[in-house]
Amino acid sequence: MQGQIAKTEPGAGLIEGKHTYESVTQKIGAVVLSYRHPRAWYAVTAIAAGFVFMLIVAVSWLLLRGVGIWGINQPIGWGFAIINFVWWIGIGHAGTLISAILLLLRQQWRTSINRFAEAMTIFAVMCAGMFPLLHVGRPWVAYWLLPIPNWLGAWPQFRSPLIWDVFAVTTYFTVSLLFWFTGLIPDFATLRDRAKSRLSQIIFGVLAMGWRNSAKHWHRYEAAYLLLAGLSTPLVVSVHSIVSLDFAVSMIPGWHTTIFPPYFVAGAIYSGFAMVLTLVIPIRALYKMQDFLTMKHLDWMAKIMLATGLIVLYGYIMEIFTALYSANQYEQYLVANRFFGPYGVYFWALLICNGLIPQALWSPKVRQNVFLLFMLSLIVNVGMWLERFVIVVTSLHRDFLPSSWGMYYPTVWDWALFLGTIGFFTFMMFLFVRFVPMISIFEMRDLLHQTDRHHRAPAGAPVTPVASTEVTP
Amino acid sequence: MDKKQRQPLDLEEIRRRLSQARGPQYWRSLEEIADSEEFQQILEKEFPRQSSPLGAFLHRRQFLRLMGASLALAGLTSCRPLSQRKIVPQVQQPEEVIPGKPLYYASAFPMGGYARGVLVESHEGRPTKVEGNARHPATPGANGVLSMQSPTQMNPDGTPRHLGATDVFMQASILTLYDPDRSQSPMYQGQLSSWTEFNAALAAEMAKQGAVRGAGLRILTENVTSPTLAALMEELLKKFPQAKWHQYEPVNFDNSREGAKVAFGEPVNTVYRFDRADVILSLDSDFLYSGPASVRYAHDFASRRRVRKDTTSMNRLYVVESTPTVTGSVADHRLPLRPSQVAQFAVALTGALGIPVSAPDLPQEQRRWVNAIVRDLQAHRGRCVVTVGEMHHPAVHALVHAINERLGNVGQTVLYTAPVEARPVNHAGSLAELVQDMTEGKVEALLILGGNPAYNAPADTQFARLLKELTQRNGFTVHLSLYEDETSAVCQWHIPEAHYLESWGDIRAFDGTVSIIQPLIEPLYPSRSAYELVDAMLGRQRNSYDIVRAYWSRRLGNANFTKTWRKVLHDGVVANTALPPRTVKVRTEAVVGAAGNMPRPAEGLELVFAPDPTVWDGRFANNGWLQELPKPLTHLTWDNALLVSPNTAQKLGMRMDTGGLANMVDVVEVRYRGEKLRAPIWIMPGQPDDCVTLSLGYGRTRAGKVGTGIGCNAYALRFSDALWTASGVQVVKAGERYPLAGTQQHHSMQGRKLFHSGTLEEFRKDPEHFVEREIHGELPSMYPDFQWDGQRWAMVIDTSLCIGCNACVTACQAENNIPIVGKEQVASGREMHWMRIDRYYEGGLDNPDTHLQPVTCMHCEKAPCEPVCPVGATVHSHEGLNQMVYNRCVGTRYCSNNCPYKVRRFNFLKYNDPKEPVLQLLNNPDVTVRGRGVMEKCSYCVQRINAARIAAKKLGRELQDGEVMTACQTACPTQAIVFGDMADAGSLVAQLKAQPHHYGLLEEWNTRPRTTYLAKVRNPNPELEGA
Amino acid sequence: MPQVFHRSSNTLARLSIVTGAALLVSSVLIASNLSRSPYVTQVGAPVDQPVPFSHKHHVKELGIDCRYCHSTVEKSAVASVPPTHTCMSCHSQVWTNSPLLEPVRLSYLNGTPIQWNKVYDLPDFVYFDHSIHVNKGIGCNTCHGPIHEMNITYKAQPLSMSWCLDCHRQPEKYIRPKEEVFNYEYKAPANQLELGEKLVKEYNIKKEQLTDCSICHR
Repeated sequence: MQGQIAKTEPGAGLIEGKHTYESVTQKIGAVVLSYRHPRAWYAVTAIAAGFVFMLIVAVSWLLLRGVGIWGINQPIGWGFAIINFVWWIGIGHAGTLISAILLLLRQQWRTSINRFAEAMTIFAVMCAGMFPLLHVGRPWVAYWLLPIPNWLGAWPQFRSPLIWDVFAVTTYFTVSLLFWFTGLIPDFATLRDRAKSRLSQIIFGVLAMGWRNSAKHWHRYEAAYLLLAGLSTPLVVSVHSIVSLDFAVSMIPGWHTTIFPPYFVAGAIYSGFAMVLTLVIPIRALYKMQDFLTMKHLDWMAKIMLATGLIVLYGYIMEIFTALYSANQYEQYLVANRFFGPYGVYFWALLICNGLIPQALWSPKVRQNVFLLFMLSLIVNVGMWLERFVIVVTSLHRDFLPSSWGMYYPTVWDWALFLGTIGFFTFMMFLFVRFVPMISIFEMRDLLHQTDRHHRAPAGAPVTPVASTEVTP
Repeated sequence: MDKKQRQPLDLEEIRRRLSQARGPQYWRSLEEIADSEEFQQILEKEFPRQSSPLGAFLHRRQFLRLMGASLALAGLTSCRPLSQRKIVPQVQQPEEVIPGKPLYYASAFPMGGYARGVLVESHEGRPTKVEGNARHPATPGANGVLSMQSPTQMNPDGTPRHLGATDVFMQASILTLYDPDRSQSPMYQGQLSSWTEFNAALAAEMAKQGAVRGAGLRILTENVTSPTLAALMEELLKKFPQAKWHQYEPVNFDNSREGAKVAFGEPVNTVYRFDRADVILSLDSDFLYSGPASVRYAHDFASRRRVRKDTTSMNRLYVVESTPTVTGSVADHRLPLRPSQVAQFAVALTGALGIPVSAPDLPQEQRRWVNAIVRDLQAHRGRCVVTVGEMHHPAVHALVHAINERLGNVGQTVLYTAPVEARPVNHAGSLAELVQDMTEGKVEALLILGGNPAYNAPADTQFARLLKELTQRNGFTVHLSLYEDETSAVCQWHIPEAHYLESWGDIRAFDGTVSIIQPLIEPLYPSRSAYELVDAMLGRQRNSYDIVRAYWSRRLGNANFTKTWRKVLHDGVVANTALPPRTVKVRTEAVVGAAGNMPRPAEGLELVFAPDPTVWDGRFANNGWLQELPKPLTHLTWDNALLVSPNTAQKLGMRMDTGGLANMVDVVEVRYRGEKLRAPIWIMPGQPDDCVTLSLGYGRTRAGKVGTGIGCNAYALRFSDALWTASGVQVVKAGERYPLAGTQQHHSMQGRKLFHSGTLEEFRKDPEHFVEREIHGELPSMYPDFQWDGQRWAMVIDTSLCIGCNACVTACQAENNIPIVGKEQVASGREMHWMRIDRYYEGGLDNPDTHLQPVTCMHCEKAPCEPVCPVGATVHSHEGLNQMVYNRCVGTRYCSNNCPYKVRRFNFLKYNDPKEPVLQLLNNPDVTVRGRGVMEKCSYCVQRINAARIAAKKLGRELQDGEVMTACQTACPTQAIVFGDMADAGSLVAQLKAQPHHYGLLEEWNTRPRTTYLAKVRNPNPELEGA
Repeated sequence: MPQVFHRSSNTLARLSIVTGAALLVSSVLIASNLSRSPYVTQVGAPVDQPVPFSHKHHVKELGIDCRYCHSTVEKSAVASVPPTHTCMSCHSQVWTNSPLLEPVRLSYLNGTPIQWNKVYDLPDFVYFDHSIHVNKGIGCNTCHGPIHEMNITYKAQPLSMSWCLDCHRQPEKYIRPKEEVFNYEYKAPANQLELGEKLVKEYNIKKEQLTDCSICHR
């Protein structure tokens, strides 16, 4: 029967329902071009905007009074700021993994989620980037961390992992942004051509940078996109490895751990996919995108979560093992303190959120149940945040000399800043959904082409992606 | 109104301005006015001394510092000054002043009427730091008390070669000088008044009193040892025969005095020579920390405890006490007993020595103690000391005199001299007498010179009420004091008193030695000294310089007086004024009799009143340094608490939650003789059961911005007949909880080998294995060893000598411009002290061993903080300093996280606030004032190192050992802290590092700390071991 | 469907890329140069003083030694501006009624100090010590420039940290014989470097130590 997708086809189940090139373009483009949006969109965006305002207040007060408004002290010099930084950076990773690695691996199922995930990466890194800047005592001289020729005759200290961070994060952000934008160019062109109003034509026109769908363009595009993919692939591993070195390089029990880099990367991807799910599931429903974001996508993402989750769990176990095996009383005390110390409940909670509950993903039923999947992704997000809390706080609050042990209690400003960034993130995501095609139109059409060879477009339409109306000179 | 008409017009103007200036800005506006042209003129009219050339001098200095200070913070962030700064040279340069080089002046710090000798560092006439005067008997230096003959040696950088030790009060006294809350103008019934008005009023009153030969005139002073003031008082009493002079000191020596009377029939002053004692028994006497001779005694005591490879002998200290004290914490044997039990213990001891007292039957354990101690004491006849705390009944003091005589200690380790006080009176009695006269309405004029009786008089005297009534009856009541306090509030007149660094005076030390109090700075505000006030009462207008000088020109004779006078001022002490030892005989039967009828304690708890270790009797309540100073043993700040033993707490069901940020403790109501007081509790290991201790000095209602309304006022429970101990006290839970801010939340070592201690026997047997080490020899490092042929600075701290007196901590604060942060910040773990004294308990809760470990920056050779700083703000110097460069610091706090010793301190907020310009005068100009968001830490007093190095280099030679002394080192009464160049094999620090019981904290982590320790050696009595 | 863009926009687009890049580079260059410019450092900008004191007149024309007025330069961290008394020691005889010197005379009469404007102003976290530099052969005009030519005193050097470090890293580039320190006519010899090396040894200057932070920052 025409349009029916044979199960044997590669990438089967990645697009459901009857779809033509036209309808794909129509369905995705419409979200951007149409002026009418679900109420939920307005509601969420408004609430998120409120949180963004809170963020602005929190930051202003911080700059006015200093980091003393937070709960940090001696000995806990790092609190929420660093916890959130690591958490956000981690979340970003899924995007890069999906868009770069899966691309190189020719994983077709990435097609419908990569744009989405990349956007997530960018906004997550934005949130993450805020914290290192704000958490320093004197943000106005934070630029000293950059190797700028200056006439103090002084340079950053390249032995410090914090400097590596600066490079890692900035590179990461730049590459992700380029990658994302490059991917968007052909779609901007499509939108330019479909836009009704003059204004949107111009805006999309500028963004499309004179894209003409010429074979030459496509050729250049493919080359560039592949290069960028290659470029950002190592970043998936490098960025969070370096972030983990912020801790591993130190000598504090609980930080000084060789296992950190791999285990941080796994954790990052873990939380990243969790966040993708957290976002995809509602938006997919909101914009009726079930045809493109199918159960298969959710299923596969769930499987990746399960895998990375197991790596993380292994990390926990190895940490405990090495501590006990080390016969080092400080390491051993740390483990005991994590389980039974004043912050024990956090550690147990994190084991449950990251280790125990996700095991439910073994069952296909759970993976097929959108609601459960959504809840689960939320739980993992929480769990991963807790993990960073445990690493930062419980390691610091009781280190070598009992005389200088202390406790850390976050203040309202700690929370304001944290929730503020969550608001900012949501806000940006929803703007993205509104103003940029959340799924790559041309790649979907390409996918459609590959998945359904028998498919026939309406008469007259060429088989190659739809021709632009622009006249080539 | 009509009163105002009589004022000169210009003063009217000042009045108007002052009346506009109120609230927190108040003093500042006054300052502005004081600086204004017309006010200067008035002052000059009223007080000729103001018009000395120094007038301009002071003015200029303030100006300069304010400019400097206000830019100090901006300076940290930007390299360009925000405004055009000025250079303001003097008009006439005093020839001894070299701009940029400090000068040192000898003076004396008065406390409770007794002197501690000081050398005050002065930068362009601005006192910034107090050091001890090594020539003064109360403040010996590393080489003991410097003899009069030995000339003063100076280091190349112009600092004295020999500095004396200090205590916390001397160090902190400089902050009081610059306290913005000090009163700055006479007050008449709470309204700003003027000196002209007061002078008129005083003259009138004196005339009135003169008519009745002073029948209604009373003068209340603190304890007076000053010869000059005494002479003035005598003159006054001659002029007004009917007038009376009363003395009251809340922390007085009545019991000792009465005890001496019982034993010898006359009041004598007791001086101990702990440097000659092999065995010491202290019955509730905290001789290492409190009292006018504490620094000297600590020094002497320590001089017999320096255990080294080749000197393996040390003294032995027994302490029987009712409250854990500094002295108790270093005891070789400590026995916690209730005050009444301590008294009985003393009686039993006397009996055991063969003096016919009716010896009580003690519990077996105490008997064991008595026997052991007696044997030990008798084995060291003439080479032991028994000393008793002021809190005990005169009879106990008498007993102790008898004991010392029986042990042949008199003339050897225990010396008796004539009383040091100008007029030895029973303070409680003297005050009672005054109160009597006040109630009977005999008093018309009462001049209170210093002190704060309305706050610290015993509850039963009702002094505050009586004084208020007298004032309301329009009696002429005058209060001369630094602050406008509780007493000023109920007096007709308040007169600002000159700080001891602002005015001339003289005073005696614990052994009678006289010092001249020499001012370092013109009075910051128009104020008077007691001398000047009494002089004015005699109808004269001399300033304190003329008064004191005149008196001494009489005393020292006019033959080349100027020369002698200069020497006296230079030395800080008047030669040969120490009181000669006297031979006195104990009247045994009287002693026995007194011992017989000692009052028996009533049922219920016993309450001990102790002077507070930091704010003392309340006089330092507004001193931020002392408020924030962790109290020895409890490590509490900004509060006093009722100390209860673990068992008692359990019995009364009281809880204390530590380990969090603030300690949440139960609040209790203490009931005694119908008086009630709410107080937070503190469960104190080593506190005897059924005995609670509350420190004086808190619950001030008019102390100032810092000290008002914190803690609870123990004086509310204090009665004339029970100044120190009260029995039959009830303690009931009040049902609420209260946060106490402490600087150390965990008191056990968690089984970690952080502190090493052992017995002298063990040391003699096998010094090499005295310290059970985690590592032997040096661990390998991945970095090559650092080659350097210059100095390699290092510090060794002998934990056998540290008594935890905190002098070092305060000295560090004063030297390095360390801010105070307030109770809330301390409670959130943000105290800024560069140096702390960690205290660990070992053994059971009821009577644990206390281990004290001063912790500074370790200046690790492989410092973990250095590689993690992203901007290289903390790096190593060639001489091995771990340098912290504030102006480079971005504030990531990674260094602090990675510091295993947690010695780094971060300016979480803007702690150094230039809003109080007068406080900027206090800053040490050689140390940067740190701004917000910057890390800081112990620098080994690098400013002193640099000064010394530059001086040596100019002479073209290398630094010599002892030319650089850190602030903590000079302050330490026991010389527990030794700093120097470890590359120089001859240096003391190098020798100490070669000692067998030398170890590094966490040395197994291979940080190669430069600050290291000598393990603590105890000298227990085998007989009592395993008790 | 109408054209969205005129074809010239292609050129514009390409142009925008180039100009964008150019802007970025130039702004960095401008910023870095501006920060070193006399406008910011105030080098060579005369500072007004209550009394128009001329070093040129006193030092070059009258030949008064630096140390006559800056008397503590060899002893102390600060060279110290002279007290009014020092000025009056001459000006009570010469120029006794010059209107320019009115502030000096007033200061002397009323005992009110003269407030000079700081020319060489270091931030408060920098601890410079004149005495050690002068004693180790760093000449006055190495930092203070042609002071003997200045009618109104101005800053001759930027006083930036890298400027300090230039000498602290290689003192041999600037060091001179001690006896030449106060000689404002002194010119560095051709063989400065080798002479410098010699003097650095002779004066026992530990070069590596000169770049320790705590040498200047405490």
